[in-house]
Amino acid sequence: MIKRMNGPAWFIVPYWSLFLIFIILPVIAAIYLSFTYFNAIQTPRFVGINNYIELITTDTVFMQYVLSNTLRFALIVGPFGYIMAFLLAWMLAQVPAVPRTILAIILYSPSLTMGVAMAAMWRIIFSGDANGYLNAILLSNNLILEPLQFLQSPEYLMTIMIVVSLWSSMGVGFLAMLAGVLNIDQTLYEAAYVDGLKNRTQEILYITLPSMKPQLLFGAVMAVVSTFQAGMIGVQLAGSNPTPQYAGQLIVNHIEDFGFIRYMMGYAAAVSVVLLIIVYAISKVTFKVLGDKS
Amino acid sequence: MKKRYSKFQGMKINPSRFHPSQIPFYSFLLPFSLLMLLPIIFIFNHAFKPIGELFAFPPRFFVRQPTFDNFVELARITSSSGVPFSRYIVNSLLVTIVGVTFSILITSLSAYGLSKLKFKGKKLLFEINTLALMFVPIAVQIPRYLIIARMGLIDTYLGHILPVVILPVAMFLLKQFIDQTPNELIESAKIDGASEMEIFFKIIFPIILPAIATVGILSFQVLWNDTSTSILYIDDESKRTLAFFMMSLTSLQGNTVAGQGMAAAASLIMFIPNLVLFIFLQSRVMNTMAHSGIK
Repeated sequence: MIKRMNGPAWFIVPYWSLFLIFIILPVIAAIYLSFTYFNAIQTPRFVGINNYIELITTDTVFMQYVLSNTLRFALIVGPFGYIMAFLLAWMLAQVPAVPRTILAIILYSPSLTMGVAMAAMWRIIFSGDANGYLNAILLSNNLILEPLQFLQSPEYLMTIMIVVSLWSSMGVGFLAMLAGVLNIDQTLYEAAYVDGLKNRTQEILYITLPSMKPQLLFGAVMAVVSTFQAGMIGVQLAGSNPTPQYAGQLIVNHIEDFGFIRYMMGYAAAVSVVLLIIVYAISKVTFKVLGDKS
Repeated sequence: MKKRYSKFQGMKINPSRFHPSQIPFYSFLLPFSLLMLLPIIFIFNHAFKPIGELFAFPPRFFVRQPTFDNFVELARITSSSGVPFSRYIVNSLLVTIVGVTFSILITSLSAYGLSKLKFKGKKLLFEINTLALMFVPIAVQIPRYLIIARMGLIDTYLGHILPVVILPVAMFLLKQFIDQTPNELIESAKIDGASEMEIFFKIIFPIILPAIATVGILSFQVLWNDTSTSILYIDDESKRTLAFFMMSLTSLQGNTVAGQGMAAAASLIMFIPNLVLFIFLQSRVMNTMAHSGIK
């Protein structure tokens, strides 16, 4: 049997048929459904661009909270996580292999469970009663008089979401960048010193960054995607969708809210399309910015 | 001449031993790593605290008298529908083992095809895959649900596996890795009369093991930690996975002090396999990541 398997189809069909069914088809279906009214029971009814008009004109929750929350979350977690990943990789590359490996495992390990399993732990730390870990510390040091409702109050929820997401953001992109720095040809630096390279900043700008551009791009895409994929964290921390006063409501939660809680699937599909466009646009901008540097 | 060089001692990649010039890096990396590690140390300690220490005020960071009470309690408690704890473990193991194997197989076949075989449209396929690196599955959960329902995968084990085993990142890394393998090996095997599939299994597969390990670890993380398939595609409680059980348990009990110990134990059970696997395979993962660049 194996002796006669020569055609490319044997190799290509399994992966790409599933790719078609679970990646391409859902995107096409989302675009189609976004132009319909669909409640999951009756057949979808075509309504033109009504869902999009409604999203922009009447969905006050989306315009007031969800969109700005998502942009704030993404614009902080994405770039900060990314820059942090580069700087950590850059430093790690300049220490010997054994401590580097240990430190890299420590930094990478929070991203292992992609936040899900760890949400429970954060809920213990930020728990709203006096036994909550952070509350107890603040109380016993007389920094606060009564326990703060960290996860239920709009003031704190977003900040905690950002901290938790940054904590778990040293993922595959970070490892790629570490490998990228480690594989730079050492002779490039030596040549540059002879040419009069003066300091660390010059070194990073003229040698390090340009030499690892492919890894930087890969890391950037991973940063964008994992930031948006981490959107469920608010609901997991607060324990409810919608989150208290929509403080931690991101686009992915809005999709779930309309799709699976209110069964307005056509409308939810329109929100999905908007999200896909945002992710794509941000990735493109990132590519442009990183591409211009060299 | 010599003096001029030593004025600025620059970047030294992968040094073989300690040098005083590394002190600034250590002085940032060590405290920072410790900070990152704190939540994990916390969860380790919390999971082994007896009930008295969980209630202690002010709470202590480190456990004094470690016990397995929380784990015992976790194993004892069963969900409302009366599914035993062991059932969730068996489900998770089944889904993860089958899923990881399947994912490695189809991803590596495709990566080899796109890297070494000659056929029309392979460049286009690779570009589509690179575009799909930006794909956020969570964005299209509704159409995905409809497709899975239409395919009759609701309440089946395949419903856990099929939607999540396609990982464009894994395919991307693997294809880049296979690009580095020499064509001469393949050519000489062809002269000996081997088919493409034989070449793939007998020659290429052993060479690309580091990248296979990386694909395995990535798909393991997705399958082992995934709760969304249990929530969306599975109504039958007895077919749901450990990750789902842990999540529902901790969101129900996590807010009470008594439940905290269990929540910590549950988090630890979910976390440890990820960590152990990564520690074992980390050198292979780093080897693969060297070829991760997008050109």
